[in-house]
Amino acid sequence: MTDMRDLYQDVILAHNKKPKNFGRLNPCTHEAHGHNPLCGDDYEIMAVVENGVVSDLAFDGSGCAISKAAASMMTARVKGKPVDEALGLIEDFRNMMVGQASDETKEQLGHLRVFEGVAQLPNRIKCAVLPWHTLNAALLGSEGASTEGENDEWEGA
Amino acid sequence: MSAQPIHSAKTDWQKIRRDFPILDQKAHGKPLAFLDSAASGQMPEAVLNRIVEYQHTEHANIHRGVHLLSQRATDAFEDARHVVAEHLGCEDREVIFVRGATEGINLVAHGYGRKFLKAGDEVIITTMEHHANIVPWQMLRDEIGVVLRIVPITDDGLIELDAFEAAFSDKTKFVSVIHVSNTLGTINPIKKMCEIAHSKGVPVLVDGCQAAPHMLLNMKEIGADFYVFSGHKMCAPTGSGVLFGKAEHLKRMNPFMGGGDMILSVTFEKTTFNDIPHKFEAGTPAIMPVVGLAAAIRYLNEIGLNAIAEREHELVEYALKRLRAMKGIKIFGPQGERAPLISFGIDDVHPHDIGTILDQNGVAIRAGHHCTQPLMKRLGVPATARASFAFYNTEADVDALVNGIQAVQEIFG
Repeated sequence: MTDMRDLYQDVILAHNKKPKNFGRLNPCTHEAHGHNPLCGDDYEIMAVVENGVVSDLAFDGSGCAISKAAASMMTARVKGKPVDEALGLIEDFRNMMVGQASDETKEQLGHLRVFEGVAQLPNRIKCAVLPWHTLNAALLGSEGASTEGENDEWEGA
Repeated sequence: MSAQPIHSAKTDWQKIRRDFPILDQKAHGKPLAFLDSAASGQMPEAVLNRIVEYQHTEHANIHRGVHLLSQRATDAFEDARHVVAEHLGCEDREVIFVRGATEGINLVAHGYGRKFLKAGDEVIITTMEHHANIVPWQMLRDEIGVVLRIVPITDDGLIELDAFEAAFSDKTKFVSVIHVSNTLGTINPIKKMCEIAHSKGVPVLVDGCQAAPHMLLNMKEIGADFYVFSGHKMCAPTGSGVLFGKAEHLKRMNPFMGGGDMILSVTFEKTTFNDIPHKFEAGTPAIMPVVGLAAAIRYLNEIGLNAIAEREHELVEYALKRLRAMKGIKIFGPQGERAPLISFGIDDVHPHDIGTILDQNGVAIRAGHHCTQPLMKRLGVPATARASFAFYNTEADVDALVNGIQAVQEIFG
């Protein structure tokens, strides 16, 4: 049995209760809509990219504690980072969630490792990955991301 | 319903629970409390045994072949049709076997809708429909231009007969409504709704998925022109479903799918369709699931659907009492009588988090939109948590639910 405290760690619950960077960015240079049609998690990610750096980042929408905390911690981590580094983090986070991250990668992810507990629950992995998935779509200029169907670039994640 | 504790003196519900081997297991180290029967129910030993017996000794293809097994399989399949017909109080030829209620509704939208409806005709549905009773009519709308009229519901999740009647116009040509809401537990006044529709000369389809497992249904008494339900919600295998249709309609309707068994003769120039019900059963049907459905109906009738309804009423009332005594819980649906299911929310907790934590406590519920997104919008929530009960559940299952909800509140406190 998974201890519920491994999954719902205090840091996740705190971000769920008081999410960082929650709200709208207007104007922004990049945005995308992320949706999990199976559970209804629904977020918009808005970014301002200047000179190759994500200078501002916010999210809006609703969903479960896992997805909301993931969005909050993601925006806190990525804000101020170069786009290249952001894209690398997206890949690293995704690898961690599907159990393919090296110890070195995990170490670099730092406090984002609180989501490792979620990786033990296959039907909740998509909750944690959705905001990252959506950020990826925003930065690459696609219209949106869905955890299901044709838009699912990360089959199995 | 009586407010007295019934505990149906004659029925040993603990013994009946033991008819369901799947319930006797642990989930994540806790005794399993299966509270998701509205999504799919469990099968008792009697049904499982009948399926094995059929596959061991009777199976072959039906309605063809002169050999012994083909005759046995045909007998088993047609006997199942007779069991269903007797159960519903209709003629054998008015029972069409389909994969489930969804297929039944699509069959009617196709076979009746495409043949008898035209652009501008209005089809009435309600705010509380399952997607299975919305999408087929939208597809018909997009294809031939019928117009959908949506009956509103009250904040308590009820359909008022005045509001229902107000949805009619002289262009109304079809009504398709849910009998018992899979999200709210509302039991709609379906008999009166049929009377209103018929007084205006409009036929009615009733989606009875959440009614058939919990109450006796007599087609003549209800008066519906079409009635659909799925076997897997009433102790039968998936792949078994029933469409009841009045013979006068079925005879005039287009077939749904073309193929073997639904024809009398085929040449490359012309095909003569078989009589009802076979006209609607193209191809080899789900013989084993249908045989299982007959066994399930026999099993339910042996206990008695009225006794089952009383027992389930007792369980849902106990659950409501316990949930209403808790702080921070919102219960959706009618204040009065309801089917044995409860949609609820916990303040500041998303239903998916509720579902995960309950699961880790051994409690299986459904969390999500329950295939009723327009209803979710009306309720103003993205999703709900839903506990649904069957006669094989116990008060201990309800207690496990309550303990699990307390665990959720502690974690999110």
